[in-house]
Amino acid sequence: MSDHAADHSTDDHAVDIDKHVKVYITVFVTLMVLTVVTVAISRLHLSVPVAVTIALFVALVKGSLVAGYFMHLVSEKRLIYAVLALTAAFFVVLLALPVLTHEDGFWIPQAAEPAAAHPEAEHK
Amino acid sequence: MDIPYTVEVRRDTGLNNGKIGIWLFLASEVMLFGALFASYILIRTGSPSWPRGDTLLDVPLATFNTIVLITSSVTMVMAWASLMRRKFGTFRIYMGATILLGFVFLIVKYFEYSHHFAIGEGPSHNNFLAIYFTLTGLHMLHVFGGMVVNAYFWGPGAKLYQTNPVWFTNRVEHSGLFWHFVDLVWIFLFPTLYLL
Repeated sequence: MSDHAADHSTDDHAVDIDKHVKVYITVFVTLMVLTVVTVAISRLHLSVPVAVTIALFVALVKGSLVAGYFMHLVSEKRLIYAVLALTAAFFVVLLALPVLTHEDGFWIPQAAEPAAAHPEAEHK
Repeated sequence: MDIPYTVEVRRDTGLNNGKIGIWLFLASEVMLFGALFASYILIRTGSPSWPRGDTLLDVPLATFNTIVLITSSVTMVMAWASLMRRKFGTFRIYMGATILLGFVFLIVKYFEYSHHFAIGEGPSHNNFLAIYFTLTGLHMLHVFGGMVVNAYFWGPGAKLYQTNPVWFTNRVEHSGLFWHFVDLVWIFLFPTLYLL
């Protein structure tokens, strides 16, 4: 490769990194705004299911920005995507297990039944 | 004998071995924290009552820590970008800032923990604090581990830059991936424990 060609390649590389840096700053500002949004929403004292949904959605957006841009997942190789797809599948199963096995509903704790409903309990 | 595929990429994977290694490690970390998040869901849904996090925990301090950790993620990625531009001095500044911000995070957690222990609210106080201390304690260990690795690359490990700058840049990228993962976990821990 000629010196001229090498210089040109280095310049291109520097410009590429400069573009990356601009994206990092944009993501940083977005993450800060979303952090403020998360705290502000929690002050509204919404019902638990609504609060959980909104908070986790905002966290999901923030997490995606970190994974996508800081961890460069937007332009990663297929093997990494395959590893992460497998991880995500097992992660969903892991989180779904307690939900599936819970009989009394999700996020809605049931009041304890009165003792009279369990006569055997009175003998104990 | 040199370690293979630290700089050049394997033809079959299109990646260097270090990057595959760190991503496999992070996959195992997802399952570790996933198991604890599943425990949190199980304990919370099985409990007759559950306190809002902001009635027991210090939200302003945790918000400050969130900002600190997000900022440290930016300084970490800027440290890597500096190496890509072959600006070693700038790398040192950004990496130093990352380590310092990690230290600030741990100091704030120390004050949070001290307050709880001072008023008798240890992990055995109730289920909420048990899962709070478990999740945040494990996360703190990860912050500390990341700081140790980053400090190595800031200090003695930086010698590699003189002989093999590309390999050193790759190493910093891999430690950065771990650091961003730690930030990512906190992004979910913060609303889950403090705000809901």
